[in-house]
Amino acid sequence: MELLFFVFALAIFLGFELIAKVPSQLHTPLMSGSNAISGITIVGALLAVQADGETMTQVLGFFAVIFATINVFGGYAVTDRMLSMFKKKDTGGAK
Amino acid sequence: MSVISPYAYIAASILFCVGLKMLSRADTARRGNQISAIGMLIAVLATLIVGGMNYVWIIAGVVVGAGIGSVAARKIEMTGMPEMVALFNGFGGIASLLVGWAEYHKVVSMEAGAFDMLTIVAIYLAILIGGLTFTGSLIAWGKLSEKLPGKPYLFAGQQIVNGILVLAVVVGGVMLCMNPTADAAYRILGVAIALSLVFGVMSVIPIGGADMPVVIALLNSYSGLAACAAGFVIENNVLIVSGSLVGASGLILTKIMCKAMNRSLANVLFSGFGSGTASGGGGGGDVDGEAKPISAEDAFVILEAARSVAFVPGYGMAVAQAQHAVVELGNLLEANGCEVRYAVHPVAGRMPGHMNVLLAEANAPYEQLVEMDDINPIMSTVDVSVVIGANDVVNPAARENEGSPIYGMPIINVDEAGTCIVLKRSMKPGFAGIENPLFFKDNTRMLFGDAKASVSSLVAEFKEL
Repeated sequence: MELLFFVFALAIFLGFELIAKVPSQLHTPLMSGSNAISGITIVGALLAVQADGETMTQVLGFFAVIFATINVFGGYAVTDRMLSMFKKKDTGGAK
Repeated sequence: MSVISPYAYIAASILFCVGLKMLSRADTARRGNQISAIGMLIAVLATLIVGGMNYVWIIAGVVVGAGIGSVAARKIEMTGMPEMVALFNGFGGIASLLVGWAEYHKVVSMEAGAFDMLTIVAIYLAILIGGLTFTGSLIAWGKLSEKLPGKPYLFAGQQIVNGILVLAVVVGGVMLCMNPTADAAYRILGVAIALSLVFGVMSVIPIGGADMPVVIALLNSYSGLAACAAGFVIENNVLIVSGSLVGASGLILTKIMCKAMNRSLANVLFSGFGSGTASGGGGGGDVDGEAKPISAEDAFVILEAARSVAFVPGYGMAVAQAQHAVVELGNLLEANGCEVRYAVHPVAGRMPGHMNVLLAEANAPYEQLVEMDDINPIMSTVDVSVVIGANDVVNPAARENEGSPIYGMPIINVDEAGTCIVLKRSMKPGFAGIENPLFFKDNTRMLFGDAKASVSSLVAEFKEL
């Protein structure tokens, strides 16, 4: 149990360190990319849909799966689409 | 099979860290996003092999979610990106709420089910933060897509209502955690869910459209923290790690946005800035002189003679969808032997980096994009600055007028250029209701009309050369 807090504290610290200096043109992709990562709650959603669980738990889990999947797929796809435009511009400038 | 799951979760966590790191550098950003997506895939597969799940429901849920998410991501216009990000954020939040609720239901419906103190507190937090993120994001989505009025919504006694809400949330939390399996506890949980949803609405309605970059960044952080709380609920490290990473990155962005507006987070969240009340009207100070309108032909003559031009885009460029026309004009100017730059203020637009996304979509050359701190020192060497739908971020009152509500906010000093051409629909002041003395300066010319139409007519003039 204490281990969870230990992990939490270190991960928060790590998060600040990882993204401390991000150039402003990447603010939007960073935001939508990290937004996609927050869809990790899909793991909890999947675990809630237990085969031998109560119907109510399964229904809650089912909707959680839907919303989390929208978050994951939408977030990664939109970020990739945005960054592909950034990419195109890079090579365009190099010509 | 599930013996490998913990190790797969570690691998996923590492991939998220590497992905985020790469996402913060221009040349590696796209790979970074893909690496983080692989991490997500690994985490999901590692969960599925644990077994014992109702796979029919899961497949149905994933198919529906993936369909909606992919279609929405492909269809959305780049100008609609802020509201899309807000909406996805909200979905992450509601998912965490449902995970917390499902876990609660699972335990109370077991015979002799009992909670650890930590688990019930985490459930309560996952529900609270998740619900707040959900409705807060929906309101932000409404404001950004202009389905709701962008003005701050304030009413008498708002602080009192919010105070009561906070109190109710705290009391409910204590009651639930003291006795989580009592008969009344489920009702308290229901009330808590409702309160969290109301709380999200109440938090975002008093915040004006131009403060949305801060709100979106903050909601992004919340969605991470909600996932983190869900991680404590199911005692899963990968949720805690990735939720914390997102929480931290959202906070960093929030801080950057607040700094770019020279305001504290508390001021953004609670002041209803720009509601057009006392602060807006008197703050503008005395404005001398008269705005000098200019025709597109005259603007063309000025630009044609310019050796160096800086475009300063704002939300108006996004509204008018003028980014393609602007970059076309920029390219024509460059072909005309002019040095072209696009100067982007950190809070221009409605989300962090909004203008950069639009300019990237229009294929603006990367090296021509400059940040505020790089353009200001050389602004006096720029012949013409062209303000396209920006207002507060170029308002010299922030520099000169101590009585102005935006005094102290860093701005792009467009008035220091030889000539400043302002593209604007009308003389209406910006969102904050603050007069902009820039429009009345001797070297400022106003080109009235729709930004896209104005820029297009300039482009047409150049093509006639």
